Amino acid sequence: MTGAVIVTDAGFAAEDWAGSSVPLGDGLPANAEAVDVAPADDVATLAGHLDRLSLIRVAFPSSADGRGFTLARRLRAMGYRGRLRAAGHVLADQYAMARRAGFDEVEIDADLAARQPWEQWRARADWQAHDYQARLRG
Amino acid sequence: MYAYTDFDRDFLAERNAQFRAQVERRIDGSLTEDEFKPLRLMNGLYLQLHAYMLRVAIPYGTLNAGQMRQLATIADRWDKGYGHFTTRQNIQYNWPELRDVPDMLDALGEVGMHAIQTSGNTIRNVTADHFAGAAAEEVADPRPVAELIRQWSTDHPEFQFLPRKFKVAVTGSAQDRAVTAAHDIGLRLVERDGEIGATVLVGGGLGRTPMIGKVLSDFVALPDLLPYLEAVVAVYNLLGRRDNKYKARIKITVHENGIEEIRRLVDEEYIIRRAAFNGADMQLFGKISADFAAPDFVHGAGDYAAQYADDPVFRSFVDTNTAPHRHKDYTILTVSLKAHGATPGDATSDQMRVLAELAESYGHDELRISHEQNVILPHLPKRHLRAVFDALSGAGLATANIGLASDIIACPGMDYCALATARSIPVAQEIATRFEELKLEYEVGPLKIKISGCINACGHHHVGHIGILGLDRAGVENYQITLGGDGGPDAIIGERAGPGFAYDEVVDAIERLVRAYLAIREGADETFLETYKRTGPAPFKATLYPASEKAHAA
Repeated sequence: MTGAVIVTDAGFAAEDWAGSSVPLGDGLPANAEAVDVAPADDVATLAGHLDRLSLIRVAFPSSADGRGFTLARRLRAMGYRGRLRAAGHVLADQYAMARRAGFDEVEIDADLAARQPWEQWRARADWQAHDYQARLRG
Repeated sequence: MYAYTDFDRDFLAERNAQFRAQVERRIDGSLTEDEFKPLRLMNGLYLQLHAYMLRVAIPYGTLNAGQMRQLATIADRWDKGYGHFTTRQNIQYNWPELRDVPDMLDALGEVGMHAIQTSGNTIRNVTADHFAGAAAEEVADPRPVAELIRQWSTDHPEFQFLPRKFKVAVTGSAQDRAVTAAHDIGLRLVERDGEIGATVLVGGGLGRTPMIGKVLSDFVALPDLLPYLEAVVAVYNLLGRRDNKYKARIKITVHENGIEEIRRLVDEEYIIRRAAFNGADMQLFGKISADFAAPDFVHGAGDYAAQYADDPVFRSFVDTNTAPHRHKDYTILTVSLKAHGATPGDATSDQMRVLAELAESYGHDELRISHEQNVILPHLPKRHLRAVFDALSGAGLATANIGLASDIIACPGMDYCALATARSIPVAQEIATRFEELKLEYEVGPLKIKISGCINACGHHHVGHIGILGLDRAGVENYQITLGGDGGPDAIIGERAGPGFAYDEVVDAIERLVRAYLAIREGADETFLETYKRTGPAPFKATLYPASEKAHAA
């Protein structure tokens, strides 16, 4: 597989988003359908625009940088119901965290997909099981 | 005590199975050490100077006899027959083989224990007052709150990759035996208008930049506590610095942004977080609280009064090692793991079994581990105290030195730790041995000496009445002394006394400090710390550095 790999509960797939996306840092054009969020961005500026967005990609520059998980939670709490993607250096062992934080899918590059094949992600695809948060939130 | 539910057991079994697979991938080479590192750290496995080290959580310091026996079994079977109790209510095994660690975790799981989140940049083992549920003056038992936080923080999807580690401590007493002011979040349970809630402190911590926590909120009612904590950690996750690990703790975030700005951001975030909780957490809290109901206390002190009156050795032990219990016929007994000359906090598997046996036979099946690295029998009937003393004496566990000069906190230091810059265990051993030889420590009275073998301050030296920090100066160990620190409710960071001392000078220096105190105190009732507060550092510096004082005078 070349190019980006999209990981969902169903397995690896090729990129199926055909449109373009704009970085949030530049301000949101009126016709934008997809936006790229960097870890330091303030997602509050997306309030009022969420209904017309089809895809939000939250960047993970490093697997040790967990800001994206909180950004995902915030976006969901703000009412975003569209496609939410964690993009970048996300490890298979973090897949359950990403799903629980509100992401629908993870985008990794071909190199990472080769080093961490689907079997390693599938092992954490049961993210709804054994979840303390689900218990505490009812 | 909290009893694991099926949910807890299934979670732990699944988690241990994941780690077993990860260890297999490491051993067969499909994971490099670099890739394996974050995975093992999430499960408490460190690579130290000589070997792997497994840090096992003892949440809020509470154990039953079966759990203590299992810790002994693990020490015998997979380690060298002992374990080391730490300043954060963990036990460390210093010599495990990597291939054995999954079996060790399974053995822990059998008794409802784990090593999850005892390392890594995540919310660590939640600590609490070691006299919880037993202390006479307690407002509320902190353990149900701590257990609720344990469940909330365990595997929390948002907070496994924080800017830096994050430590939470809970106390339910105004005496604050949990050092809450030196934690990223400190919770002090208080009562207001008949309702229990928490005063929330934030941004405390020791390490290279010691800071006392600041009050973020006077009162958060219990039903609002998890969303409030979640708001604090979420704000920190986004705002905390990731460019410099030495500036990444929340104490720096609070220092750089100001407590008012942090409070504004937390209050804003809290609104979102509160909406995500619907009361299910409080239903769980009700069940957890029921598990922590006090045991059925039995009235009557038996022959205790006569036993106490008749034997001065027993009386001295009782006077030094017990504290007032909420029930008049009970006492709280602290068992010292600081026999003079021994490694502070170490217990052999035989000693662990003796403690388990005593807890089961006499102490309502409860044990505690204190951040001061001792073991506590929190519910001990006075009528059994003599029998317990005799059993402890036979196991080398009857040292009567709690709160005295030889009851020293010490980190593992250069004997084990990869970060250490100096030895701390031998310094503690030599100080304790010196005071034993001098027969001075009863006369000196309450004195907290705390030793860290590097700037990370695991030995809490900043809050020692006398703190000792071991550093490396051009390849030579050098020990700085701080004075006047206090880890209690009005926590204070100690002040550095002056230039450091060589390894072979430091014990003498401590003796000089103590003798200076005895010479200037206004009576036996004035403690070392009180004298220091009254006189300031001058007389203590004079005794530490006599030559330079003369130089100044000349």
